[in-house]
Amino acid sequence: MAGILIDRIRKTFGAATALSEISLEIADGEFLALLGPSGCGKTTLLRIIAGLETQTSGRVVIGDRDVSALPPKDRGLAMVFQNYAVFPHMTVFENVAFGLRMQKVDEATIKREVERAAALLHIEPYLERYPAKLSGGQRQRVAVARALAVRPAVLLMDEPLSNLDALLRLEMRSELKGVLQQSGTTTIYVTHDQTEAMGLADRIAVMHGGVIEQIGAPQMIYERPATKFVGGFVGSPPMNFIRMPVEAGRAALDGFAAHCPGSGRDILCGIRPEDMRLAPGGDGLAFRVMVAEPLGSTLLLTGKVQDQLIRVAARPDAGLKAGDTITLEPETRRIVWLDPETGRALGA
Amino acid sequence: MTNSRLLPYLLVAPSVVFLGLLFVVPLVQTIVIAFTDQGGASLAHFRKMAGDLNFGLSLRNTFLLVAVVIPLQIGLALAMAVMLQKLEKGRDLVLWIWTIPLGVSDLAAGLVWLAILQDRGYLNSALFALGLIDGPTNWLSYENPTTLFIGIVLAEIWRATAIVLVILVAGFQLIPKEYNEAAEVFGATGWTRFRKITLPLLKPSLQSALILRTVLAFEVFAVVYALGGRNYPVLVGEAYTWMRDSQNDGVAAAYAILIMVISLAATLLYIRLLRTKPETQA
Ligand SMILES: Nc1ncnc2c1ncn2[C@@H]1O[C@H](COP(=O)(O)OP(=O)(O)OP(=O)(O)O)[C@@H](O)[C@H]1O
Ligand SMILES: [Mg+2]
Repeated sequence: MAGILIDRIRKTFGAATALSEISLEIADGEFLALLGPSGCGKTTLLRIIAGLETQTSGRVVIGDRDVSALPPKDRGLAMVFQNYAVFPHMTVFENVAFGLRMQKVDEATIKREVERAAALLHIEPYLERYPAKLSGGQRQRVAVARALAVRPAVLLMDEPLSNLDALLRLEMRSELKGVLQQSGTTTIYVTHDQTEAMGLADRIAVMHGGVIEQIGAPQMIYERPATKFVGGFVGSPPMNFIRMPVEAGRAALDGFAAHCPGSGRDILCGIRPEDMRLAPGGDGLAFRVMVAEPLGSTLLLTGKVQDQLIRVAARPDAGLKAGDTITLEPETRRIVWLDPETGRALGA
Repeated sequence: MTNSRLLPYLLVAPSVVFLGLLFVVPLVQTIVIAFTDQGGASLAHFRKMAGDLNFGLSLRNTFLLVAVVIPLQIGLALAMAVMLQKLEKGRDLVLWIWTIPLGVSDLAAGLVWLAILQDRGYLNSALFALGLIDGPTNWLSYENPTTLFIGIVLAEIWRATAIVLVILVAGFQLIPKEYNEAAEVFGATGWTRFRKITLPLLKPSLQSALILRTVLAFEVFAVVYALGGRNYPVLVGEAYTWMRDSQNDGVAAAYAILIMVISLAATLLYIRLLRTKPETQA
């Protein structure tokens, strides 16, 4: 079995830096989600771990072997490519069997393993077809099945479910998690879908601009974002950041005031939309509703506190509409205080 | 509806007419000449062709040349194309240099190699200077059929491998690199990747290259005549001789028909052997 150590990996393409000093440790059997916006370097990092790209500097250790200089085939891992890379000239069966054939596994085992992987991904009906006759989502599942068929110790997945419809994605997600947990596969799962990352991962690494902004358990990332970027990227709708003046260790705005850390003249109050109570008549922030969107489970209000745009998730029966003004009471316990200059969270 | 179905035909019509005039008409004329004698249908020209002393020899020589040159050229071009893919910089420059012989006419190519291989040519000068021979040796005479053959093969490879290379390089560029990467991740060695991924995906280009090269190889003439004259008779050479020296259009036309039939057969063979189902392409 195999943990992964990524040690100060840097990657530049000419003058452009794709990754600047990424360090990351993934325990044996752990499921780590790499979450980040498009172009932040997720695929590049995965390709470096797989050996398809050479890092500018740094080391990759898998298990207790330094694989930094090894070719991909000697790294003992499987990968699901972002663009599938399903072989067009082989049937689905042969595609899924490819890794096993390379390992010279006997025919009976190949058949058994291919069928197991195919059943898992619901692609049994297409085993004899060629990929050109499959939809994007079906091809994507072939790519996942091809990786699972070899029962890898380390599995790298680059947005493996991005092309499935919401329902199928939900189903595949939980099945995948079950299978990988059972087999104890060390998994790095790239996604830019934060619900997917939250639902699947033991830990999430949030990347931004070639840097890992924060690593931690999903709930931790959600509740205690280390930077403004993380708070804004994780969670839908994103976290609100309300700028408040500070006086004598207290941040105050409108009728709201709370103790805060730091020593600046201003501070950012990070607060999730669902962590603000509507308190008609009470002390708090005066909030003018501009848009009210009923989302079923919540009523999403977009509006302004003074001139700062924020979102509030209210009960669906709150009965508010555009133009109303109400008072908001942020739950002090759930506030994350951030430095407005650096965007970093301040210790409480 | 009707319009959009007709449109493709309208668009290809000019080229069809053009080819019809410049290709089908002479073809029909050649067939007529080959199959008529003194005003009536006849196989006399073919009988005369087959009865000629050089016929069997030129047939055998042409096939031998094709059988040796084509595999060598395909193998070489494949190797060159693979090497080109590995180059990070200067790929275009190398390709450009490799394709220079394409700009040389086949007669000129034959003369280049004649200058190298003839009895007072560059090869002999070099060998003499090295003390390996003690006087001019005629590599290209009919007494030395093996060296003459090798000389022709060399000249043909030098002259015409680049066209195969160009087709294969274009084919390589159509294969997304992800397929090779995926195979590599799943444990395929370089050779396995070449056999299981690259070659199958290259099949359409290989087919085009083979058809083009083989048809042209059956028409080999100028290089052979520049190097060996009639010491190494080939089919087109015989057609030329019957036409020019014997002033016999009929037998020359019969040769032309024979070459065409052989080329067509080779083409059909390649199309059958290297058939790719459309759904299995990249
Ligand atoms: N071969 C390359 N040459 C030059 N720049 C590259 C190359 N590959 C990636 N990059 C750059 O590196 C950065 C990171 O790219 P990468 O593909 O890793 O992003 P990503 O996080 O996977 O994005 P996405 O979510 O869109 O897939 C991008 O700015 C990209 O333009
Ligand atoms: Mg990517």
